[in-house]
Amino acid sequence: MTSDDVGRALTRMAHEIVERNHSVTSLSVIGLQTGGNDIAVRLAHLLSEISGELMASALLDVSFYRDDLTRNPLPASASTTIDHDLTDRTVVLVDDVLFTGRTIRAALNALSDWGRPRAVQLCVLVDRGHRELPIRPDFVGKNLPTSQDEAIVATLDGVWIGVRGTS
Amino acid sequence: MIDTIRGDNLLSLDELSRAAILEVLDTAETFVEVNRRSIKKVPALKGRVIASLFFEESTRTRLSFETAAKRLSADVLSLAVASSSVKKGESLRDTIATIDALGIDAVVLRHRSSGAALQVSRYVPHVRVINGGDGLHQHPTQALLDAFTIRQVLAERSGTSGLESGTSLFAGLRILIVGDVRHSRVARSDIAAYATLGADVRVAAPGTLLPDDIDTWPVSVAADFDEALAWADVVALLRLQSERGSGTFVPSLAEFTFTHGLTEERSRKLRPETLIMHPGPLNRGVEIDSRVVDSAACVVERQVSNGVPIRMAVLYLTVAGTHEGIAT
Repeated sequence: MTSDDVGRALTRMAHEIVERNHSVTSLSVIGLQTGGNDIAVRLAHLLSEISGELMASALLDVSFYRDDLTRNPLPASASTTIDHDLTDRTVVLVDDVLFTGRTIRAALNALSDWGRPRAVQLCVLVDRGHRELPIRPDFVGKNLPTSQDEAIVATLDGVWIGVRGTS
Repeated sequence: MIDTIRGDNLLSLDELSRAAILEVLDTAETFVEVNRRSIKKVPALKGRVIASLFFEESTRTRLSFETAAKRLSADVLSLAVASSSVKKGESLRDTIATIDALGIDAVVLRHRSSGAALQVSRYVPHVRVINGGDGLHQHPTQALLDAFTIRQVLAERSGTSGLESGTSLFAGLRILIVGDVRHSRVARSDIAAYATLGADVRVAAPGTLLPDDIDTWPVSVAADFDEALAWADVVALLRLQSERGSGTFVPSLAEFTFTHGLTEERSRKLRPETLIMHPGPLNRGVEIDSRVVDSAACVVERQVSNGVPIRMAVLYLTVAGTHEGIAT
């Protein structure tokens, strides 16, 4: 995918989000650190353009909520910038690549510390399969079947497939 | 040099590299945010057991370590030494063995003997040992929170953030450490941290309260206290440690205050932007005047607040971390 393809996919997803939720005023767009940062900012911008309402995005770092802290080296932690109670809001979680689903599991646990959202929806730029948990995305930029040992890089500049460990 | 404390003990700051110290400071920044949430708890150390073993009195260190452990969802075993079998004469080794038999992942130890933390780390090599102050030797988390506090205040003033500034704010920073350097483990850890981070460190004290080997330390000795006050960007006061016999090293407390106490009159020699620090507990009227404690330049309360995120960072890195490598 080129950056134009990514741009079109994000625009389509923004329209889908508005269509699904009717109003955007109760939406909270939350990007997952660090891959979801730029995508969440762009998505919030597109939602503002479509709806005419000013939308901001926040960031969520799930390092401390991961279930693989003991198995993998510690992830470098980044900061969380959620500044409002999420109770009764509809949260749109934004990430670059959906893979095993474990990051999303950690994010769902983390979100509960900011209140009880009315609903949580998941928006990803790339769904590469290989889920290990019963999690599915609501909005997908591109379904990209991959093998386990491939690495995916998905940014606003485009999407690339490489061999794991060399990217 | 040790480049990370991930999966390791934290016994002393002498061997820690600049990268290792920076990693703790940066990790603590993320925990500052956790401490601002309405639910101040993350599950990072869920199911881990951390023993808090204080063979010496403590208010700040103990409370902030235990708060830190709980905010990481760890279980805390807290031994009240005064009402334990230590009073029946049980040795340090047997006490540690008993607690280890209950199944622990880490121990925070404070002890009157220098080297106690190192000794315990040899008794229980599978347990992470965090030094909460050992005799005259080291108090690593105090120095880390002191460095964190300095970086936080200076970053705020220059309109940047601690994370962005890295260690740059310490380059050439003029830090004056005043008072009972001889008996102070805080001074030893602070000096190690500040020197590693690139600061210019001086000490000022009555000659009797300087250690005999001061010329081997990475510091210079201030000839004139009053001149040094005007020189300093940060003035770090130390407590006069009566329980370690400081009283016999000065003619009287009043004499110490006269020569090296930060009285209100003397505080006027400081430049307005100079920070005043003290690790606590304070001897008001001895090393610092009450009115100086309550002045805006004094960041003692911030130091206490920062104790929690720093100790969360230390527990997180040592207990959840592994030796295998560092994720990027």
